Amino acid sequence: MASYVAGTLPKPFALVVATHVSMCDSCRANYLAHQAAGGAVLENIAEEPLSGDLRDRVLGALDDAIDLDDPETDETPRDGIYPGPVMAALKGKAPRWKSIGGGVRQCIVDMGREGSARLLHIPAGRPVPEHSHGGLELTLVLQGGFSDTTGHFDVGDVEIANDELEHIPTADPGDDCICLAATDAPLRFSGLVPRILQPLFAI
Amino acid sequence: MLRVDETIHADEVAPPVGLSLSDSGEGKTRRVPTKTSNGKPFSEQTLWMLAIRDQRDKRAFAQLFDHFAPRLKGFVIRSGAAPGQAEDIVQDVMLSVWRKAHLFDPERAQVSSWIYQIARNRQIDIARKNGRPLPEALKAEETETEPDAGQVLALEQETDVLREALNRLNPDQREMIEKAYLGELSHSDIAETTGLPLGTIKSRIRLGLERLRHELKDLRQE
Repeated sequence: MASYVAGTLPKPFALVVATHVSMCDSCRANYLAHQAAGGAVLENIAEEPLSGDLRDRVLGALDDAIDLDDPETDETPRDGIYPGPVMAALKGKAPRWKSIGGGVRQCIVDMGREGSARLLHIPAGRPVPEHSHGGLELTLVLQGGFSDTTGHFDVGDVEIANDELEHIPTADPGDDCICLAATDAPLRFSGLVPRILQPLFAI
Repeated sequence: MLRVDETIHADEVAPPVGLSLSDSGEGKTRRVPTKTSNGKPFSEQTLWMLAIRDQRDKRAFAQLFDHFAPRLKGFVIRSGAAPGQAEDIVQDVMLSVWRKAHLFDPERAQVSSWIYQIARNRQIDIARKNGRPLPEALKAEETETEPDAGQVLALEQETDVLREALNRLNPDQREMIEKAYLGELSHSDIAETTGLPLGTIKSRIRLGLERLRHELKDLRQE
């Protein structure tokens, strides 16, 4: 959480944290506590003298500043099960699902040097093909739930999987399971066929 | 089950923030008390910020500027901004403070915490093209008709204690905490720059935060 607050978390993970904080009050409180610690650091830091005209420049710009269009205050609203940060990553549009086999569908919401984040849609009661991780994977449940060898995960829960975990997440019966999954490295599927398909699906 | 809350447990350290998203009163204006019922005034910073938010008070802004701008400059230089760029960032941040004042809620964040987050967001925006995903904002302005003065003051006090606790850490621990919140700390970066092994760093951060947490806990038990 400290890394998220300070902005040093890789972007796909930051998306999971921002989404989770939007869903979970105790983590929201934790987030605010870390901001307080950041504020304490700011209060304690050694001051640097300002150049003479900075104060006048800033005070003189106040009247103009009000009308500026500020993207940061125009946040993307939540849409159904998708919290604001996910909708922002989707640029406000509904997810465009692509089948990746076994009835499982995905929608990539962010991909870059720092890893990738995607939405996964797993039909109720169905498994995701067995895979392990080159790096860290965070999976946040947005709808339904799933289980694997490490436990059961409900809406709002986050599973943290490292490179040692080989798992077969299986969606709960009932609602289809929709998750936001972020990795800092490509997943490795254990079966040969998925492994060949992997580059095509950019999993 | 693993959850995304390392280092600090919210119930132990988090200020008792008002997170309820309950009813909104129509047509009521938000009155601003400047002290609690037993007469304790808010800090100067909070009063400046409320005057900026509610009266668009430029004199209060000038005072806030005089307090925070030199600290912000020190802060952005410490977080790696070039000295030539530092004042531009300070200017951006202070103008954001003016523009976003309507989002300031003293029941949830002290002025320094709020400005800290604006400053970090600005630096992250500069460092990364697309910025960083941010949580949904809580719409407190619309949902709470009357600010709770006791809550504001309690949060101020806890933040003060946190700052004092930070000052009492040993220099190594304090440096680590500062680096973490200055955004210098991706764990592996620190290992490279300080030559310290990762385990040592993590345990120092934990020790530092743990100590902060105990200081806060002691306060609440008094």
